[in-house]
Amino acid sequence: MRPSRPYRVFRGVALAVVVVGLIAPLLWMIAASFKTNVDIYDTAKTFSFSPTVDNYANVLQRANYVQYIGNSLWVAFAATVLSLVLGVPAAYSMSRFNMRRSALVVLMARVIPGVSLLVPWYYVFSNLRMVGGFTVLILSHMFVSLPLIVYIMMGYFDGLPTELEEAALVDGLTHIGAFRRITMPLSVPGIATAGILSFIFSWNNFMFALVLSGADTKTLPVAIFDFVGYASIDWGGLMAAATVVTLPIMVIALFVQKYVVSGLTAGATKG
Amino acid sequence: MSTLTTPVTTSPEARPVPPEGSAWSRWANAHRKWLFAAPAMTFVAVLIVIPVVWTGYLSLTDAEGSVRAESEFIGFQNYLDVLRDTDRFWPAVWRTVAFTGVVLLVEVVLGMAIALLLWRPFRGERWVRVAILLPLVATPVAVGMMWRLIFDPNIGMANQMLGWFGIGPQPWLAGQHSALPTTMFIDIWQWTPMVVLILLAGLTSLSDEPQEAALIDGASTWQRFRHVTLPLLMPTVIVAILLRGIDALKTFDILYATKGRGGGSFHEVETLNVYAYGLSFDYNDYGVSSTVLIIFFLIIIGVMWALTYRKKGLER
Repeated sequence: MRPSRPYRVFRGVALAVVVVGLIAPLLWMIAASFKTNVDIYDTAKTFSFSPTVDNYANVLQRANYVQYIGNSLWVAFAATVLSLVLGVPAAYSMSRFNMRRSALVVLMARVIPGVSLLVPWYYVFSNLRMVGGFTVLILSHMFVSLPLIVYIMMGYFDGLPTELEEAALVDGLTHIGAFRRITMPLSVPGIATAGILSFIFSWNNFMFALVLSGADTKTLPVAIFDFVGYASIDWGGLMAAATVVTLPIMVIALFVQKYVVSGLTAGATKG
Repeated sequence: MSTLTTPVTTSPEARPVPPEGSAWSRWANAHRKWLFAAPAMTFVAVLIVIPVVWTGYLSLTDAEGSVRAESEFIGFQNYLDVLRDTDRFWPAVWRTVAFTGVVLLVEVVLGMAIALLLWRPFRGERWVRVAILLPLVATPVAVGMMWRLIFDPNIGMANQMLGWFGIGPQPWLAGQHSALPTTMFIDIWQWTPMVVLILLAGLTSLSDEPQEAALIDGASTWQRFRHVTLPLLMPTVIVAILLRGIDALKTFDILYATKGRGGGSFHEVETLNVYAYGLSFDYNDYGVSSTVLIIFFLIIIGVMWALTYRKKGLER
């Protein structure tokens, strides 16, 4: 069914509008991050301005962003690895033994408002003098990562045929051996999908770090607010900060686009 | 002459052998179901179930001030107070419902339109897919800051563009009545692509045969969409509504990034989530905040239950 010519023209125009609408604001942000604050306030210099990297120098040196980038990387990485270690075997069990009620408990975490966990966490962890440390931050991000990983991996294991495992059992492997040597290698694409998505969500997470991070453990989404003062806003610095926060994750996502899309749409077409 | 009619395997490798190994290994294999699931379940129980139960308990107390302060059990008093609060609570409920309803409706309609445009392969498809992915993975707080500059009444691009058409400047996020619609717009910009991806996955999994049959029967494009594509796609549409709805109800990052604490000085964008956050961490009013959270939680569960119920009805 080849679409008619008028439709193809219409589609081309409509999609061009969509693409411009989605991309232009991002380009605007990046452009503003290369302007001085004087140029940002001058509407005559909207498109023609002499670019400067002062804002980035400011963000990376004075505002301590190198450390915050490290914090964000470490928290997202640790939360993702720990969630994979806990989540992948659990998803396997829940899929193979049809543990739907247990799965529901884990998946409820996607529904619960994060604030309702923050008060009890804050209470317990401040008594343990752990608020402001990395441990509690990583644990809180696992609240997002673990259910996500269990959800994606359950779908993946549901779709993985059991014949190969059964053959491995016949050949003398134990159940756990079959999981480790047969199922795990077959699941690498699923694990990659779950891990990448968990990393993105953890990197972007704001609310938990807002309450639980300290001056030394601040993650990037919280550090953005350093550029928003009560009286005035350093727009150039703010846009450079926003670019530093979000550009790396967008670039990473483009390189692993296939995995990101399959993770975001997991479970959409069945069950 | 007797012959063997059935081949007998004599090689020991081919025969099923009982699992060998230590007693630990045998025990582990026999109990693998719970051995695999237990660590994750324990994590969830300790860090999620207990806090939620605790929130339920706190909602029945007058806990406030410091987390170490004494609190008294006051029964359902908080619930009575909150449900009678027409100053902050009910407006927050209304804003949550309006925000979620509007963004869901626009995102599903717009997402469906874009997904249908992308359905059949064409040249340049890759670039459209890149454009669709970028807002989705962008950090919501950074997105909020980005739109804050674009919607700035004095220096923002939005008013500059309106100026090209001779339209006067609008207050956008700064206006008491325009702030909430503007945040809705930001949410729609960021999350319509999510609906597109989900619906596109659904469309791609549909078989071509019903379409072709309808075409042979002389159905128009609209008829084919209305009576063939849409009914077949309905379960996927509900999944999209479910996933987006949960997140839309809980929207926090862009509201906090654009309007700050309490949803702005007049609470213009204070939804239930923002209100509960403010009660907990700006006012330290833990009892009341827990009550708001429990009610909020019940609303979310109710909506989800209704949608899942509807989806099951469609699949039958």
